[in-house]
Amino acid sequence: MEFAFYFAAGIAVLATLRVITNRNPMHALLYLIISLLAVAMCFFALGAPFAGALEVIVYAGAIMVLFVFVVMMLNLGPAAIEQERRWLTPGIWLGPALLTLLLLGELLYVLFGTPSGAVLGTQIVEAKAVGISLFGPYLLVVELASLLLLAALVVAFHLGRSEAQP
Amino acid sequence: MNWLTPELLAIVLAVLKAVVILLSVVICGALLSWVERRLLGLWQDRYGPNRVGPYGMFQIAADMLKMFFKEDWTPPFADRFIFTLAPVMAMSALLIAFVVVPITPTWGVADLNIGLLFFFAMAGLSVYAVLFAGWASNNKFALLGSLRASAQTVSYEVFMGLALMGVVAQAGSFNLRDIVEYQHQHLWFIIPQFLGFCTFFIAGVAVTHRHPFDQPEAEQELADGYHIEYAGMKWGMFFVGEYIGIVLISALLVTLFFGGWHGPLLPPFAWFALKTGFFIMLFILLRASIPRPRYDQVMSFSWVFCLPLTLLNLLVTGALVLAAAD
Repeated sequence: MEFAFYFAAGIAVLATLRVITNRNPMHALLYLIISLLAVAMCFFALGAPFAGALEVIVYAGAIMVLFVFVVMMLNLGPAAIEQERRWLTPGIWLGPALLTLLLLGELLYVLFGTPSGAVLGTQIVEAKAVGISLFGPYLLVVELASLLLLAALVVAFHLGRSEAQP
Repeated sequence: MNWLTPELLAIVLAVLKAVVILLSVVICGALLSWVERRLLGLWQDRYGPNRVGPYGMFQIAADMLKMFFKEDWTPPFADRFIFTLAPVMAMSALLIAFVVVPITPTWGVADLNIGLLFFFAMAGLSVYAVLFAGWASNNKFALLGSLRASAQTVSYEVFMGLALMGVVAQAGSFNLRDIVEYQHQHLWFIIPQFLGFCTFFIAGVAVTHRHPFDQPEAEQELADGYHIEYAGMKWGMFFVGEYIGIVLISALLVTLFFGGWHGPLLPPFAWFALKTGFFIMLFILLRASIPRPRYDQVMSFSWVFCLPLTLLNLLVTGALVLAAAD
């Protein structure tokens, strides 16, 4: 299980790197889908098959479809690739990369400072356990999140409503 | 003979079974093209292919030969990598989903606790085949077809999941074997979950983009939509992928609503095959008898009619399950 986890995690990191460095937006999205699938694999390796399946269904199967949909409509050609090339000069990405490196260092410091020592994939979190904790201790958060989604739904409806119809 | 441990034997047997199931699904998918054309002929009062072999049974071999020897042409304006990837995804995504279908008590590839979710995941990924094919072809008709396909599939997948949640709530498991067992002990889900069955069937037809939901490839308006630029074996993979989708949805309908392999007298596999065959015929009958609706009607039917219906079904099922639990 440890091998599966690190293998999938490595693929996720590499694929995400390609998302950023790829000049063709469609190929970048393809790499993002691969990255999400690899993250789902990580969940499976950690013993959370429900979370893994939801990751594939919601992120790879629904949200990314909408991303691809929008990029398809934009009709990006060689001009967009040229623009990407100009944006990817070291002067632009060096600053954020350095700051992110600092964050990575902090994360590694914390991880190696206090290793949890837990073994991967020893306990399996099934759908029932997820449901019980969602509607038990986290009920308030779930309700708040659903209120937020409802607000987004109303806004989307308002924006998409055509004025001509009564 | 030290290495021939029972564990190794079990692994080899499981792999063999998986390969047999894989091959039979693909062969069924390929043979369906002949079955469909013969049945369409029967229902539309004409012959259909009846020249090659007895009853035209070897038509599929002739078609295969034709497809293999066609030029496998990639248009120069296409995005080569994604153009090649799309047919592979079209065929494999739904084929992989077959992993979770329990065929008989002893046959079936994997016994996953998240079985149904695995199917949803694969159905979600199969959208990309159409999307990528349409985009990579760099063709107006293909792009329009895949835009329609993505909008249609996303809309119908929303309530496809909700339609089955009633079944999951009653059986108390995502595991397909548990669901079959529950139906054997209680009642086939076709009766308590009739609304769920209707909506899942409609969603299944839409997700495999079969007639009357074949908006993405509407011949008359879009000249075959997303696979207009494809030729030879790449097109063949889209073609077989569609039939694999039909077999998969039929097998799932049987598993989820018609008690899977259970039935009197006949052995389990015969029941499973008979029931699945029935639903495959139903898919073909739909194509033979119903005209294609307008695209906006398809979309509003999904959001305005089917989605509230599945929500209502889930609400009532939830209330009944809670009432029974008290």
